[in-house]
Amino acid sequence: MDLLYNILIDPFVEMVRLPDFFLQVLWEGFVGGVLYALIALGFVLIFKASGVFNFAQGIMVVFAALTLVGLHERGVPAFLALALTIGVMGLLAYLIERIVMRPLIGQPDIILLMSTIGLTIFLIGLGEFIFGGEPKQMITQELGLPTGSTAIEIGDGGLLIFQHIDVAAAAIALLMVGALAVFFNKTRIGRALRAVADDHQAALSVGISLHQIWAIVWFAAGIVALATGIMWGARSDVSFALEIIALKALPVLILGGFTSIPGAIVGGLIIGIGEKIGEIYWGPLIGGGIESWLAYMIALVFLLFRPQGLFGEKIIERV
Amino acid sequence: MYYREAGQFKTAYEADQAILPLREDRVGMVLSIAVALIIPFIANDFILASIMIPFLILALATIGLNVLTGYAGQLSLGTGAFMGVGAYACYKLTTIFPDVNIVVHVLISGVFAAAIGMVFGLPSLRIKGLYLAVTTLAAQFFLEWCFIRIPWLYNYNDSGAIEVPERTGFGGLVLTGPAADPFTRYFVVLAIVIVFTLLVKNLVRGRIGRQWMMIRDMDIAAELMGVRPLVAKLSAFAVSSYIAGVAGAMFVFFYLGAAEPEAFSITLSFQILFMAILGGLGSLHGCFFGAAFIWGLPIVLRTGLPAIGIDLGAEVIFHIAQLIIGALIIFFLVVEPHGLARLWSLAKEKLRNWPFPYG
Repeated sequence: MDLLYNILIDPFVEMVRLPDFFLQVLWEGFVGGVLYALIALGFVLIFKASGVFNFAQGIMVVFAALTLVGLHERGVPAFLALALTIGVMGLLAYLIERIVMRPLIGQPDIILLMSTIGLTIFLIGLGEFIFGGEPKQMITQELGLPTGSTAIEIGDGGLLIFQHIDVAAAAIALLMVGALAVFFNKTRIGRALRAVADDHQAALSVGISLHQIWAIVWFAAGIVALATGIMWGARSDVSFALEIIALKALPVLILGGFTSIPGAIVGGLIIGIGEKIGEIYWGPLIGGGIESWLAYMIALVFLLFRPQGLFGEKIIERV
Repeated sequence: MYYREAGQFKTAYEADQAILPLREDRVGMVLSIAVALIIPFIANDFILASIMIPFLILALATIGLNVLTGYAGQLSLGTGAFMGVGAYACYKLTTIFPDVNIVVHVLISGVFAAAIGMVFGLPSLRIKGLYLAVTTLAAQFFLEWCFIRIPWLYNYNDSGAIEVPERTGFGGLVLTGPAADPFTRYFVVLAIVIVFTLLVKNLVRGRIGRQWMMIRDMDIAAELMGVRPLVAKLSAFAVSSYIAGVAGAMFVFFYLGAAEPEAFSITLSFQILFMAILGGLGSLHGCFFGAAFIWGLPIVLRTGLPAIGIDLGAEVIFHIAQLIIGALIIFFLVVEPHGLARLWSLAKEKLRNWPFPYG
């Protein structure tokens, strides 16, 4: 009975008893979710256009942030460094398309997946080789991003603390999704992207260059990675620990569906909030630290009932 | 000239069904086993303890993964955790029954890994591909968490790590623990690896193995022809995790000597996946090639670069090794997606026509 009470009732009692703490947890989860969503967004862009599951997205995030910070450390002004980093991501996208993706067209999915894992290792080695392996401080202030925090009083004496950078992160994520939506729906290249996502051969037959489109989506994913990297780096450090966190994009995508941009956002938020709440309220029952696997378990349960995700197309192969 | 089957006539089914039907292959196999037996007598302890022993153990783990991914077509990113299950099971077993020969414990500990592997293999009955990768990732992170959070597994010691106790066997030989001679450990590992390779070889060319391959190639057709996916997939998970568990137990007891939960992190899973892919999915000798390559390359770079006058410091060389491995993985996937094993058979094909190639 005690155990049942602890699992089924006590956490909710706690939530009601300390609503300000609960809101704080929700906010923390929301912010974590925004970052998951941003990583997942990068995955979705590439998966939609080429069917490649880009394992390297997480490391592209680190690599972009490292390049930015590393350039600044070498005396490049912050905004010039930002522009240069975008340039580097563009070059990277071109090279990946040219050297890795193009020769592998038509290979089985697992080979493509492996090539992106190979890319991950390569980028880790390259990043550490050039910029060193130790964690770095993100240049938040130099980029004009807000720092500090605001405390809002709610109810009777409860405090809700917002880090400004988190608010900025949420805003930028929103902005980026909006920009991507406009890009996909209104521009020439965006339409071509959607055509490629729908049907490679039909797109080819109306004169869309697959290679060009793929380079563009890798570039777009690179820019998303850069934004993610800046936000993430501002919250903690820029380090390769992010690689493990980036794997969380997988459960996010399972929740949201592999091909849906809104799905990536909603899935990211569900995973972020769910895992925070689970950790704070249910975690102590079994020793804490369940954040490391809770997301995967949520995804596992989800897979059993709705394998195509919340918004995805029904493309999953059922056995 | 020297490598061709012409003139070797099979007069019995047994000869026709031999694992190595070609005389040249048999000679090659005998030679490589002979080399493996001679190495400990000429190599020093460092080469044995830090290169050969881990190489053999990782090759075995790669065989385990290859059964699942290469033969049964189920992608797994949780090998490292299954190895961990074997290691912790072996540790608990030898704590509870200290007098039983450690090799017996190593073999039994695989059973625990197999049971857990089957539980996490259950979703494979409904999903596959990347989606299955998520369930194995769940296994990886959940089991890693268990290794940290369940103190019973490491006997409540303060370090949170498992320390291999000293165990003797086979007439008083010290097999594990700090006092164990690399020489002894090498032969134990070699024996287990050879036996397992032989067993798996026979498994994959037998009834079960053919079922696995049918499931891999086309599951619907396989089902139509009477292969039960439930049995085939779960048996693949069981066998694969069993081998991974045995390899994991050996990894700690015969190589590391002590292990923290981080030893079985996702990095290890990826490392073994690379060995399987680079070596060639669906081939057993490929596992050895892959393991030798991935395990050997950083060592070669570490010792080779300073030897030719390029001294960069250990950390930089580690990064360069990573860079090169990443580039080589991509290179291999682009040039030869079927891995080193395919290069091996191409080389044999060339050798067959040498020195008068045609066509």
